[in-house]
Amino acid sequence: MSTIFGIPSNALFSQLLVGLINGSFYAMLSLGLSIIFGLLNVINFAHGAMYMAGAFVAWILLNEAGIGYWWSLLLAPLVVGLFGAAFERLLLARLYKIDHLYSLLLTFGLALIIQGSFRQVYGSSGLPYAIPAALSGGQKLPFMFLPNYRAWVVVASLSVCVATWLLIEKTKLGAYLRAATENPALVEAFGVNVSLLRTMTYAFGVGLAGLAGVLAAPIYSVSPSMGADTVIVVFAIVVIGGMGSILGSIVTGFGLGLIEGMTKVFYPQAASTAVFVIMALVLIMKPAGLFGRAS
Amino acid sequence: MTDAPAASPQPLLSVQALEGWYGESHVLHGMTFDVASGEVVSLLGRNGAGKTTTLRAIIGVLGKRRGSVTCAGVETIGMPARSIARLGVGYVPEERGIFAGLSVQENLTLPPKLRPGGMDLEQIYRLFPNLKERARSPGTKLSGGEQQMLAIARILRTGSKLILLDEPTEGLAPVIVERIAEVIQRLKADGYTIILVEQNLRFAQSIAGRFVVVEQGRVVDAISNESGCRLHQLHAYLGV
Ligand SMILES: Nc1ncnc2c1ncn2[C@@H]1O[C@H](COP(=O)(O)OP(=O)(O)OP(=O)(O)O)[C@@H](O)[C@H]1O
Ligand SMILES: [Mg+2]
Repeated sequence: MSTIFGIPSNALFSQLLVGLINGSFYAMLSLGLSIIFGLLNVINFAHGAMYMAGAFVAWILLNEAGIGYWWSLLLAPLVVGLFGAAFERLLLARLYKIDHLYSLLLTFGLALIIQGSFRQVYGSSGLPYAIPAALSGGQKLPFMFLPNYRAWVVVASLSVCVATWLLIEKTKLGAYLRAATENPALVEAFGVNVSLLRTMTYAFGVGLAGLAGVLAAPIYSVSPSMGADTVIVVFAIVVIGGMGSILGSIVTGFGLGLIEGMTKVFYPQAASTAVFVIMALVLIMKPAGLFGRAS
Repeated sequence: MTDAPAASPQPLLSVQALEGWYGESHVLHGMTFDVASGEVVSLLGRNGAGKTTTLRAIIGVLGKRRGSVTCAGVETIGMPARSIARLGVGYVPEERGIFAGLSVQENLTLPPKLRPGGMDLEQIYRLFPNLKERARSPGTKLSGGEQQMLAIARILRTGSKLILLDEPTEGLAPVIVERIAEVIQRLKADGYTIILVEQNLRFAQSIAGRFVVVEQGRVVDAISNESGCRLHQLHAYLGV
C-alpha cells in the first residue's frame, strides 16, 4: 500500500473526502449566515436549528407522507424559508432599530425553541434517513472507494454556492442586495422596498440552511442536536472569511473543511480546535477576515 | 419678508411647519416653503443650518419628522421613503452615495424606473460620456466629479421630475463645476423641478430662480433671483 508523508494514501484520501463533505455543509451554511448578516446586521443564531429543521422536514415528508428525497430537496428549503420569512416579518423586523444584541438573543431563543420542540416530539436519538436509491453504491477509484452520495453532496453544494454567487453578483436583485447592504436608507430612498428585501434575504439564507439539512440527512442521522455542533464551527468560518463576504464564505467553508480533515490525519488531537486556532490567527492579522473589506 | 411671489396655486412641493429630529436632537423647527413645478429653488444657509436635514426629511429618510410635506397634492408625512420616491422624487445626497460593491453601470441602473419619461441609458451616456468609458469599474473608483455626475445621472433614468440636489459642487474643480452647471441648466430647460442646496453662491445664482434662506432649522427669508437689489443680502446671510 502506498503512503504519503508516512500516512496510508487511502486514509489520507478518505479524510480529504470527509473534509470536503464537511466543507460542503460549512460553505452552504456560512453563505446563508453571511448574506443575512450583511443585509440585516443580525447574527442568526437560529441557523443551526434551521439546518436541523430542514433535515427533519425531509424525514417527516418521507415517513408521514411518503414524499421522497428529491421532492424534499425542493420542499424542505421552501418550508424552512417560509417559516423564516414569517419569523423575520413578525418578530425579527421589529428589532432592527434597537441594539443588535436583542436580535441575537431572539434568534438564539428561536433556536432553543425549535430544538426543544423537535426533541420533545422525536426524542434526542438520531433517526435514520436512507440514501436515495439512485445514489446508493459508489465508485472504486484507484486510491479509494468513493460513495456516490458523498460525491453528489459535494457537487450539489458547489453548484448551489456558485448559483448563489451568480445571483448576488450578476443579477439586478443581487445588485439591490449589495447596495442595501452598504446603504439601506438610500436604496429605500430610490423607491426600493428594503423591508421586503430583508425578508427575502432571511428566507433565502435559512432556506439554504434547510437545503443543507436535507443533503446532510442521509449522511448524519437526523437529530435535534445536529445543527448545534455544526453551527459553532460555521460562525468561526464566517469570521475567518470576513463577515458579509459571499466569496469568502464559500472559499473558507470548503477550505476549512479540508484543513479540518487534514488535521484529523496528521494531528488528530487538534482536529476540533484547528478552525478556532485559525480564527484567532486571522483575527489578529486581518481583523476584517480574509475576504472582508475593512471598514 | 418675502418678495418672491407664490408661484402657482398648486405648488409641486409644499413644505409646511416641518420639524425634524436626529434622535433626541431637534434640528428642524418649522421649515415652510413651496416649490412650483419647473422651478429651481436653492436652499442657502451656513454650515449646520439644516439644509441637508430638510432634504432628508422631504425624501423621508430622516428618523423622525412632523408637520406637512405634500408632493403633487399628496401628503407624504406618514409615508416611508420608498413611497415618496415613487411619487417621482429623486434624491442626490450630499455624500453622493455611490455604492462601492456595484460597478458604475450597476450604480447607474440601480434606482428603479418609477415613472415614464426618464432618460434611457444611451441618452445618459451621451450626457456623461465619462461614465460610459468607466461603466465596468467599481463605482467608488471614479473621481469625485465623476461620482457626482453618476449620482445625478442615476436619478435621470427613473423618470423623477422633482430632484433634490445636495451640494453637487462641493469639493470639485472649477471645470467640473461648470460641467455640472451645464447639466442642471439642461434639466431646468427640460422642465425638471430642482431643489438645490448650495454653499457656492455664484453657482446657485447662475441657476436658481429663487433662494430660500435657512437658519437654525427655519426659513428666514426668500429672495427672487430677479430682485437685484436684495441679492447682496444673501452674502450677509451666508456670512461671506
Ligand atoms: N446624523 C446626525 N446626528 C445628529 N445630528 C446631526 C446629524 N447630522 C446633522 N446633525 C446636526 O443637525 C444640524 C443640521 O445639519 P445639516 O447637515 O442639515 O446642516 P447643513 O445645513 O446641511 O450643513 P452643511 O452646509 O454643513 O452641509 C447640525 O447642527 C448638525 O450638527
Ligand atoms: Mg449639508
